[in-house]
Amino acid sequence: MKTAMTQATYWPILLVGAALALLPLVLTTNATLNFLTFAMIITLAAQGWNIIGGFGGQFSFGHAAFFGTGAYAMALLQVRFAINPWLALPLGTALGGCAGGIIGYLSFRARLRGSYFALVTLAFAEILRIVANAWGFTGAAAGVLVPLRLDPVQMQFNDRRIFYWLALLLVVIVLGASRAIMRSRFGAQLIAVRENEDAARALGVNTLVAKLSALIISAAITAAAGALYTQKFLYLDASLAYGSWISVDALLGAIIGGPGTVFGPLIGTIVLLGLGEVTKTLFAQLTGGALPGVDLVAFGVLLIICVAFAPRGVIGAVRGAVGARSATP
Amino acid sequence: MSPPLLSVRSVTMRFGGLTAVDAVSLDAEADQITGLIGPNGAGKTTLFAVISGFERPTSGAIHFAGRDITALRVHERANAGIARTFQIVQPFAGLSVRDNIAVGAYLRHRKRDAALAKAEAVAQAVGLAPLLDQPAGALTVAGRKRLELARALATEPKLLLLDEVLAGLNPSEIRDMLPVVQSIRAGGVTVVMIEHVMQAVMSLCDVVVVLAQGRIIASGAPAAVARDSRVIEAYLGHGASERMRAQAGEAPHA
Repeated sequence: MKTAMTQATYWPILLVGAALALLPLVLTTNATLNFLTFAMIITLAAQGWNIIGGFGGQFSFGHAAFFGTGAYAMALLQVRFAINPWLALPLGTALGGCAGGIIGYLSFRARLRGSYFALVTLAFAEILRIVANAWGFTGAAAGVLVPLRLDPVQMQFNDRRIFYWLALLLVVIVLGASRAIMRSRFGAQLIAVRENEDAARALGVNTLVAKLSALIISAAITAAAGALYTQKFLYLDASLAYGSWISVDALLGAIIGGPGTVFGPLIGTIVLLGLGEVTKTLFAQLTGGALPGVDLVAFGVLLIICVAFAPRGVIGAVRGAVGARSATP
Repeated sequence: MSPPLLSVRSVTMRFGGLTAVDAVSLDAEADQITGLIGPNGAGKTTLFAVISGFERPTSGAIHFAGRDITALRVHERANAGIARTFQIVQPFAGLSVRDNIAVGAYLRHRKRDAALAKAEAVAQAVGLAPLLDQPAGALTVAGRKRLELARALATEPKLLLLDEVLAGLNPSEIRDMLPVVQSIRAGGVTVVMIEHVMQAVMSLCDVVVVLAQGRIIASGAPAAVARDSRVIEAYLGHGASERMRAQAGEAPHA
């Protein structure tokens, strides 16, 4: 019985993982492979955001702080300390978790909620960006270049598909972890904090511990995304690592897909990035010239539509439609 | 006689210049239902907030099960065995009734299966079993009151603080709810309840404490308290007690 239930809970994740794993066998151009890999990296960042924002209801506007920490750790550990990237990846993930712990402790201890928490996280990310942009250790404005060494030992692959599969593997692991959190005591308490913090406290939930643990896990996942980003592009500067673009992508992916759901960040990110690509291509074809940032306009429109008509994201809208249909005979 | 389960010792709670609770001392004996009544603004809910830890008292102490818990935080008091309901119901609106109650059950049951089983058992006890899969936001007022009660019970408390669980219910819903409260006490849970529905207070409570303007003005058996002239005046205004006696054709005693 227990195994049957476990199967029912986790098989959709394995199914989706398998389907995504087969994609590169069909879509073989370098451009699509790059797009898919990038989409998995952003999905991972959005999955991280979803833990604290979706499950915990604490809307961070500064997940760039964690993404950038993971990204810089991956680059600097290799370049400055000659540490192997396979070790640098978990180290960067752990460092991101530490950053989450520090930022979380400072803001949650001060009882910051809602827009105040969002603003404080944004401020932390901006501080880190400015420091990384000025400090020689982080390469300052010139950034860091990870030397090209096409060798699996250096986590650099001749075959682009392998890096995609690596990113996908992490996404699938986090899908499973998100499901496990939802079904755990910790997850129930975290969701209770999102729904009503005072009621949660009255029922014995240590809200500080719940929020802090969630932010540490969240930050670590987003930092892993940052580390993958470094290793994919082998170049980093302050506005790539700590820029607000990634804070926005991470939260938009989760919100558009369905905050507080297992698959929301994955679906949302694919919709978001897909729409961005379509917009850029269409605009270029229609006007005969590219307009940088036109995809951001599309993101903005999508966010407005989402907030106004589908506050529970794509997944919420689909569930609502299915529910309405099955309710009417 | 065994020591009281809850002992509030000269607790004062000031908000700026307003003294909401003024040197209140009261004991709640184990396995009894203690009623806390008084006019609006008397400080009843504030006193509950102090007992459950949402407010730190300006002075005074709270003892529970023989230890001083004044310094404990809300979740630590819940852990120690104090549960409360909210006068203004606070459901986890986006969650099902089952998941709402499970949050309480997780306090004593770390495993999901055990917590969900406990949630179902509690739902059965308070009459929410048919609504387990409903979203909490879709419940009626009576349903939400039951949900408040169920969540608090799921934490398996020793002391249950009920803040107007009958308010807003119609007479038949109140009739349905009275045996639920009685069965809670029968299950070995000490109850302190704030209530305005006097019929319920009279039939349920072993002891009634009357609070007015932050002070305790009377306490004792329900019938005796109801006849107390200070209580009548607190509710109906100065001189009301004498006028009532005069109308009843009974001379006011000196």
